[in-house]
Amino acid sequence: MRAARAGDRGRPSGGLPLLLWFYMRISAIGMIGLVIGHLYIMHILNSTDTIDFAFVAERFRGPLWRTYDLVILIFALSHGLVGLRGIFDDYIHHRGWRVAAEVAMWVVGVVFLALGALVLFTFQPPAAGR
Amino acid sequence: MYRGHPGMLAWALHRITGLAVLLFLFAHIVETSMILVGPEAYNKALELYRQPWFKPLEFLLVAAVLFHAGNGIMVMIIDFLPTPSRTYRRMFWIGAGVYAVLLVPVAYFMLGGLVGLR
Repeated sequence: MRAARAGDRGRPSGGLPLLLWFYMRISAIGMIGLVIGHLYIMHILNSTDTIDFAFVAERFRGPLWRTYDLVILIFALSHGLVGLRGIFDDYIHHRGWRVAAEVAMWVVGVVFLALGALVLFTFQPPAAGR
Repeated sequence: MYRGHPGMLAWALHRITGLAVLLFLFAHIVETSMILVGPEAYNKALELYRQPWFKPLEFLLVAAVLFHAGNGIMVMIIDFLPTPSRTYRRMFWIGAGVYAVLLVPVAYFMLGGLVGLR
């Protein structure tokens, strides 16, 4: 057996598991630079002491950071949910409960995606100088 | 527990950090959405993160993301370049070393203020 090196348990042979296996890698490559940039800007250059409404309102004045955050939101949430699906697969042995958990997970996921996207698409910063 | 199999430790940590980051992401989306309610509601939501006891958790969050990213890169390397167990063992320790060194400046910038270093 191929050992579980670094968390790699081998590539699935086909079907949906293989597609999801590829998706985990594509989303990882797609977001890794953006996520490290996000950590650097928000936790090293700034901090929770300097980030407030005014900071975020300024940041969301144009489309650049909204787009940046939307890409991270989509990649991170979907990557996390597919990962969670893997955990369900491993620990929920009863097929019915596993399907139920996965359906509930995707419903919750869509709600959170919608909430995040709602912020990025509809937030109106107050007029400058306020 | 993971005697002789650093890959199993890496695998367990990959799961735990992934799950932890996902849980934080849910909280982060809810907290960010308070900005639609108004400045007061948003600043109130951010107060949680300003508590001194939250700072170490914030550092652990960044450390978890960095581990997950670093180990994920390792997983992808192994996917495409079949790696003998012995080579992986070496990669694991090099990765662990790079990770430990990287965490020093991160801890300095994130926690330094807490202990009067900055």
